[in-house]
Amino acid sequence: MSLYYLQKLLYHLNREPSVQRQFKTDPRGVLESYDLTDEEKQALLKPDIGLLYVLGVNGQLLMHYAALKNFAWDDYIEAMREGVRQYGPVRAGIYAMVEE
Amino acid sequence: MPLVFAGICSHAPGIVNRADRADPARRDALYAAYDRMRRAMADTKPDALVVVGAEHFGNFFMNNMPAFAIGMADQYDGPLEDEEWMRIKRRKVPGNRELSERLIQGVMQEADLSYCEEWTFDHAIMVPLNFLTPDYDLAIVPANINCQGPPLAPLHRAWAFGQALRHAADKLPERLAVIGTGGISHWPASPNSGKINEAWDREFLKRWAANDRAAMLSYTDADTYREAGQGGFEIRTFIAISGLAEGVPGEIWHYDAIRDFSVGCTIGVMKLPATMSA
Repeated sequence: MSLYYLQKLLYHLNREPSVQRQFKTDPRGVLESYDLTDEEKQALLKPDIGLLYVLGVNGQLLMHYAALKNFAWDDYIEAMREGVRQYGPVRAGIYAMVEE
Repeated sequence: MPLVFAGICSHAPGIVNRADRADPARRDALYAAYDRMRRAMADTKPDALVVVGAEHFGNFFMNNMPAFAIGMADQYDGPLEDEEWMRIKRRKVPGNRELSERLIQGVMQEADLSYCEEWTFDHAIMVPLNFLTPDYDLAIVPANINCQGPPLAPLHRAWAFGQALRHAADKLPERLAVIGTGGISHWPASPNSGKINEAWDREFLKRWAANDRAAMLSYTDADTYREAGQGGFEIRTFIAISGLAEGVPGEIWHYDAIRDFSVGCTIGVMKLPATMSA
């Protein structure tokens, strides 16, 4: 169920100015409020957009986190592809990469 | 008053925030089609615009996810996204709480829904408004169909939601316009962003223009996911407009699979009597 809380954190971060402010100065403090695995915490802090994608984070949440972390659009797309190369196929959710 | 206007349009953020990446001629033709829709809607002199969108975790999350929702406030905010990213300035958008409440009471006669006294519009509503009410001078009633976090309401419920909206709207004294916003086939915000199944889109739009209930409700989510991607689940908003305008055919004013905008860009209008005589 951890993916649920990982996505919930991003949902709050995307929409709540108070969470956005705290995340700037104390990201670890924000993370403590959610039931996350160590792998998820590391992926957020690094940030490892590719791993977050492979873990199953919905792209509609992830694209805003990537933008917050200053990923240009093409870099965001490439980070997800790199994630699949490095960690394998998407493990959950409806945003799996498909063949073109 | 009988419903005065019904239509569908795309809402992909790329249409605005990646405007400079597409072929200018194709972009401008799409923008011209939005503007034609804006003028056609304005000619029907609506008192309010109901926008049936498919938002993306802007206001609703899996802790308490409504299958259907309608806003009930005098004022909304948007866009939810970073305004520099979205390239639409953050602003207040006018609503009409009292009208919303009457509409909601009417819809509740036939369909279950959540009402929302707060709503920050994401691109599902802000991209269409950016083109259709650029002066933000028309009261907006936001509505949402969950197309993002399964389990999703089946297609026949999206149709029924549209019908409930129609029956409620027809009983109000106000002149209402209603649009559905979403994509047809697309794989947004994924490594496949830009992939579009044009043949699938054109078949869907043929069914939409014919307002062929059986043909539109025959899609399964498994087929849609395989052929049209997770973005294809948003056909629910277009199907709601079909239910809303049952018995009336539609017309596709624009379709162009613009890869840089990550969606087959669509403008369609239902040939309602009030629209045709305006």
